[in-house]
Amino acid sequence: MHALCGENGAGKSTLMKILYGMQKPDEGTIAVDGQQVAFASPGDAIARGIGMVHQHFMLADNLTVLENVVLGSEKLHGIGAKARAKIVELSERYGLGVRPDALVENLGVADRQRVEILKVLYRGATTLILDEPTAVLVPQEVDALFDNLRELKAEGLSVIFISHKLGEVLSVADEITVIRRGTTVGTVVPADTTAKQLAELMVGSELPTPETAESTVTDRPVIEVRNLKLLGEGGRALLDDISFTIHEGEVLGLAGVEGNGQTELIDALIGLKGADSGTLRMATGEVGSAGEAAGEPEEITSWPTRRRREQGIGYIPEDRHRHGLLLESPLWENRILGHVTERPNSKGFWLDLKSAQADTRRIVEEYDVRTPGIDVTAASLSGGNQQKLIVGREMSHKPRFLIAAHPTRGVDVGAQAQIWDQIREARREGLAVLLISADLDELIGLSDTLRVIYRGRLVADADPADITPEELGSAMTGAASGHLEHPADESGAAEDRPSGETGDQPEKTEEAAAPEDEAR
Amino acid sequence: MKKFDKERLLLGAAGPAIALVVAVLLTSVVLLASGKSPFEPYAIMLEQAGFADIQVLILNAAAGYYIAALAVAVGFRMNLFNIGVEGQYRLAAMVTAVVGAKVALPGALQLPLLVLVAALTGAFWAGIAGLLKVTRGVSEVVSTIMLNSIATAVIGYFTLPKVFGVQQGNNKTTGEMHDSGWFPNLDLGPAGELYGFVFVAVALGIAYWVVLNRTRFGFDLRATGASESAAAASGVNAKRMVLTAMLLSGAVAGLAGLPTLLNDTHTYSLSFPTSLGFTAIGIALLGRGGPVGIAFASLLWAFLDKASAELDYRGYDTEIAVIMQGLIVIAVVVSYEAVGRWGLRRQQQRVGKELAAGHVLGKTGAPGTSGETGTSGDNNDKEVAAR
Repeated sequence: MHALCGENGAGKSTLMKILYGMQKPDEGTIAVDGQQVAFASPGDAIARGIGMVHQHFMLADNLTVLENVVLGSEKLHGIGAKARAKIVELSERYGLGVRPDALVENLGVADRQRVEILKVLYRGATTLILDEPTAVLVPQEVDALFDNLRELKAEGLSVIFISHKLGEVLSVADEITVIRRGTTVGTVVPADTTAKQLAELMVGSELPTPETAESTVTDRPVIEVRNLKLLGEGGRALLDDISFTIHEGEVLGLAGVEGNGQTELIDALIGLKGADSGTLRMATGEVGSAGEAAGEPEEITSWPTRRRREQGIGYIPEDRHRHGLLLESPLWENRILGHVTERPNSKGFWLDLKSAQADTRRIVEEYDVRTPGIDVTAASLSGGNQQKLIVGREMSHKPRFLIAAHPTRGVDVGAQAQIWDQIREARREGLAVLLISADLDELIGLSDTLRVIYRGRLVADADPADITPEELGSAMTGAASGHLEHPADESGAAEDRPSGETGDQPEKTEEAAAPEDEAR
Repeated sequence: MKKFDKERLLLGAAGPAIALVVAVLLTSVVLLASGKSPFEPYAIMLEQAGFADIQVLILNAAAGYYIAALAVAVGFRMNLFNIGVEGQYRLAAMVTAVVGAKVALPGALQLPLLVLVAALTGAFWAGIAGLLKVTRGVSEVVSTIMLNSIATAVIGYFTLPKVFGVQQGNNKTTGEMHDSGWFPNLDLGPAGELYGFVFVAVALGIAYWVVLNRTRFGFDLRATGASESAAAASGVNAKRMVLTAMLLSGAVAGLAGLPTLLNDTHTYSLSFPTSLGFTAIGIALLGRGGPVGIAFASLLWAFLDKASAELDYRGYDTEIAVIMQGLIVIAVVVSYEAVGRWGLRRQQQRVGKELAAGHVLGKTGAPGTSGETGTSGDNNDKEVAAR
């Protein structure tokens, strides 16, 4: 069982698409059983015994399990008794417990996943690719899945397992390959490695350290989040009991392995998803005025996205192509995006193109966006310059509260330093920042306070002044919680243990991190 | 940098031009295959376009096409497919005809009233689809197609003699409208009469451009079309936008039947022109959703319609024009996609080159700016150096 690890966007899925024949490689070779092969389509891959279980299931809800399994491979064993016998046999051999006559729409997520696995096995696959199979499962289901996978392994099948959850990878894989920015950075054996080493490999630590000098934190709260809860499909809590306050001049760093609720938290803060319970309050108006003028932060829980942004939420999105830019529009239209109701972009009902364009030119110069002009499309710029444009745009509206999600992802080193400088400067002027990043050095260097998010909960906090990326990394895997302190005798008790089983907590537990809840 | 603007304009024209050439060539192949001259029909049609009376006919027909295509284009601009322009304009024309026959106000009030009735009827009919989409997630393609059929049935009912209909021979009509509701025509002597509504169509085109390009609402609408996720993050309320766009599209669609109704027939009957709404989809595609492009496309369509009538008398089939229209639509979709991708790639390369040459905005020929925005190879070098 081989696991493939890497951050989102590291190239895991692309690699798997190539293996499964959905995409063609520009260079390089693939060998199956020592034989060099070239796949033109998934059909070729299936013929070679490679099967893929996608993250999003591809099942017809209104058909039975039997019908779903034979669909498309009616030639193998027909659609009648022979097919049924084969399904029952496979199901028993690998302990999948699949009922051939159940309607798929009545099955839960875990059962559907087993049907997907069965589908692949039915087609004679000897190598299974599972794309983030645990993303949709609750912990008990994850354990059951791993039991199934071990069964498959015992029967001589190979499994390629894609994940960025380190604990899972360590507990189930025989060998782990880590990729970052499209290249392999290392292959390790779980026995010789720890979650923190793996995290280091995944994130890399070649970047210049972003250190903030003096603290600028004030006691004037800008944003207050209380008991925020967000439920996903089927009532699974995506965010649970999130509470934090960010003050003027404070950067709150949020650490966490991706997929633990960061995206949902951003959506809830910016108003794209309504919270199921809990409140959000934000100080509005001029920086510095809130405290003295005794203006209590206003409740913004029910505000729509536009009002929140008008009132001072700046947003540097984690996926700038999807959420921050209109790629095929010129730069000056991108400068308007998100602030269309504000000056200099519009006067009342009308757009003010002249000022918007003039201001775009200012941003381009001040923030050093390298472009020959403001009429080129955003897609023509490199990632770093696109990001500088976004940062410039958000900063130009004097936000009170900035959500910066992976502000330097995919950005070259020069631009990275610039963006850090800009965040630091704005912080000095009283900006409150929520920094979400996978780059632990960035988090530790820029933040005034650190929190760790794990499975939708804030499980730990730390002081960036006395914590190392390794310690933070172990908390991200759920292995440590409560207030993290740098212990005198190197590395806390829980550090070297893979997560998944959050049995006993390290001695420093202060918050009610509720281990039994975490195991749900 | 005006040069990027010019290039964009050129690329914008390249798509339809390529499509037209391909369509003409393929039509010639069809002509050859049927053993006829592959060129003469074009000559005949072009010759027709030289006559003043044909020109007036073309302009009159183009007015309706133009308005209907604008209605489709409003939806296109935010990835909504209002296939229901057909039902919306016919229902609106019928209701307007009934109101025009029953109500008699002075012309200064009657005409605005009729235009308003048409727009509201169209908006109402499209709004049903919009409402279904926002509340129940029903695809607007499906619901508008169904609403087209329902509109036909509703029209059939209202034009029954026992409801609002008036039987005239074999034709069911809604009765003659009061002449205060007749839109003035421009008398051009022997060339015929130019619909006054042609000017309304032009005004609509201008309004369309202004709203889309110069207002906050237009920006939100275009942003939603360009990237729904980015627009949502920027604060556009997607549901309200869908409903507004649908209502707007329907209101414009409601006006599409008016050139014929108010300038010519003055009654809604069984012989009222149909399928304008479907033709408009092709025209909007060909015009790339821009008001000028759509104007050219409507004129071309009207030209193919009106100039092809002569073909029958010269031993060719008028269907040649229909074949061409069909081929144009197919060719247009393919060529836009191809030209669009090519253009984007080309611009990226040019921006890279300009930057490498040091042409950076705000800095005059600053040396050493090539590394950052150059190729990925450059980036890697830099990264390695920083380690």
